[in-house]
Amino acid sequence: MSATVSTAMQHGLQSCERCALLSRPAAGEHDGRCPRCGEELTFRKHESLQRTWAFVIGAAICYIPANILPVLTTTTAAGSDSDTILQGVILLWSPTGWPLSLIVLVASIMIPSAKIIALVYLLVTVQRGSTANNGQRVRMYRVVEFIGRWSMVDVFVDAFTAALVQLQPLMSVAPAPGLFFFAAVVVLTMLAVESFDPRLIWDSLDAKEVRHV
Amino acid sequence: MSDSDAPLPHVPESRALSKKRTRLSLVWFIPIVAAIAGAWVAVVRILGEGPKVEIVFKSAEGLEAGKTKIQYNGVDVGVVTTVRLSDDHSQVITTAQMAPKTEGFLVDDTRFWVVRPRISGANVTGLNTLISGAYVAIDIGQSTKSMRTFVALETPPVVTGEVRGRFFIAKTPDLGSLDSGTPVFFRRLQVGQVASYQLDKDGQALSLKLFINAPYDQYITPNTRFWHASGFDVSLSAAGLTVQTQSALSILIGGVAFETPPTDGLAPPAEENTVFTLFNNRADAFKLPAHDPQTFVLTFKESVRGLAPGAPVEFHGIAIGEVAEINAQIDAKTFEFSAPVTIHLDAQRLGVAVRDLAPGEDIGSIRKKLIDTLVSNGARAQLRTGNLLTGSLFVAFEVFPGTPAVTVDWSRTPPELPTVPGELAAIQASVVNIIKKLDQVPIKSIGEDLEKTIADLDRALVSGRGTLDNANKLIEPNSVLGAELGNTLQEVSRAARSVRVLADYLERHPESLIRGKAEEKK
Repeated sequence: MSATVSTAMQHGLQSCERCALLSRPAAGEHDGRCPRCGEELTFRKHESLQRTWAFVIGAAICYIPANILPVLTTTTAAGSDSDTILQGVILLWSPTGWPLSLIVLVASIMIPSAKIIALVYLLVTVQRGSTANNGQRVRMYRVVEFIGRWSMVDVFVDAFTAALVQLQPLMSVAPAPGLFFFAAVVVLTMLAVESFDPRLIWDSLDAKEVRHV
Repeated sequence: MSDSDAPLPHVPESRALSKKRTRLSLVWFIPIVAAIAGAWVAVVRILGEGPKVEIVFKSAEGLEAGKTKIQYNGVDVGVVTTVRLSDDHSQVITTAQMAPKTEGFLVDDTRFWVVRPRISGANVTGLNTLISGAYVAIDIGQSTKSMRTFVALETPPVVTGEVRGRFFIAKTPDLGSLDSGTPVFFRRLQVGQVASYQLDKDGQALSLKLFINAPYDQYITPNTRFWHASGFDVSLSAAGLTVQTQSALSILIGGVAFETPPTDGLAPPAEENTVFTLFNNRADAFKLPAHDPQTFVLTFKESVRGLAPGAPVEFHGIAIGEVAEINAQIDAKTFEFSAPVTIHLDAQRLGVAVRDLAPGEDIGSIRKKLIDTLVSNGARAQLRTGNLLTGSLFVAFEVFPGTPAVTVDWSRTPPELPTVPGELAAIQASVVNIIKKLDQVPIKSIGEDLEKTIADLDRALVSGRGTLDNANKLIEPNSVLGAELGNTLQEVSRAARSVRVLADYLERHPESLIRGKAEEKK
């Protein structure tokens, strides 16, 4: 990234995130509303780091019960069984079923934890004003953002299963407390991604440039 | 930053936003809530963690770590968490995580057992486990002593803690078809079951532990009779054929029945674990009990085939005792066979009651006196046929007048009572007597004499014939003798007629004897 690039912020201009209108803050005001669509305007997302930290910490806390508590209670004629995610993975692991088991393992255990780790990494590097691997970090952010909306698939699958498999008295499936924590993990990571402002990654670079000059 | 001063095209001004921002964002509320929720879940989990127990099984068949439930009355109260072999490989040690608030379940006499499908004669249990797999059942004990290590039962207990009732013990020499779970009947109503059985230490009898459900246990008094109600109880008596059964179930799998004699209705209920005798059948159970039986020996010199222990000893048709034992002995010197039969005689049934006892008198001496009197009056034991179909024998103690006087030797134990041969033996003896007498008849000399006599007779007959021939000649119709005889007879006949006429006349005119014949009137 060349240092010759000028940013809107340097010119005291704000870009609306919704309608992309470029505007200038009213006199004496730091932030304002978009004159066209009324969206709140900020140079950078408001308290981005603090909010992201809060969501990430919340997600990390919920991640523990999400994995310890059972997510589904299956009641069959043989009795009732409550399975955690990991038990489900083990249950599915068989010579023929391993791909399915792997999907559950990746989607339900590895991706949420990876998201949390990635967000923490982004937050720490931004706060330290690190300028290294900027491109990689932005790509990481994009991947996390992209995955975010699909992370709810597990919750949906479980919710659908619970809604559809009600063949009482033969078999019924009900969500267990772990599922709510799992949903909370997904929602909180999505909110964290949402509140993280990727422009901050570049701000530290700009700041460095300024210091240079 | 050289371009920063360059003029920019018109950029509209944003509208003012009047909003105070706090330094610390409200968003921190979210991780706090998450932390509280997580902590709450953790606390609930930790607080909700029930006690852990160790249960030792013989076999882990059907037990699966993390899956096998522990159930009490169908409610899950725990789950088996680990299954491992003991160090000596002889047992399976499982640990189980109990549900919260189950500390009260885990006491000294709490029992665990595995519920699997089980089909025994009496009942089919655990069918649901065919689908669900085995589970561990728990029966909560009454003790207050806490316990964490248990040894599981091999078979499910017949009686679990929540069933009210009492245990009684029945002694039987033979288990028959009884088994744990076999029903116990009272007036054909199933009121309990055989809980367990074990061989007595001396190996002589089996002790059955019977569990009688409340409220039927109150009908058991110390005088209650228990008997085997297994299968058919067929009895052939003078009244005909009687078949007794308790229920179809008892025919298939056996059973125990009990009844209390009606006269005993007001007796207090028996204590728990009272020991009863299990009789073979109802008739045995209700036989009058011997009050104070005395043992005697009867020596029979005839076959005792058909006589069995338990056969009655009757006095004029009244049972006064029973046969206890039948032996055989051979006198080494005379080589004579005899069968000593031990009997129990209940003299009380002969009318010697305690109430007749004079002060200072011993009941034994009264009995001795009675037996002595009976024997000196000709009372003897005899084998008699009780049943013509089966040929079973019984001992009759009857008075036989005219038998030689005998005295009972009371110094022997047991004393011996005199016997007479049985009816059949008596007939045999008289037949033998007749044959013996016949044997003494001198048939040979009789035959020789007879032969001689016949020869003499022959001669006599020949001479007799000659005599008859002569006689024939004499009485031939044309012979002179014959004709003269005819004439003579005619003369005699005439003479007789004259005498009659004279007699008639004399009857009408007796005076003519004196006066002579009167002149006929003109």
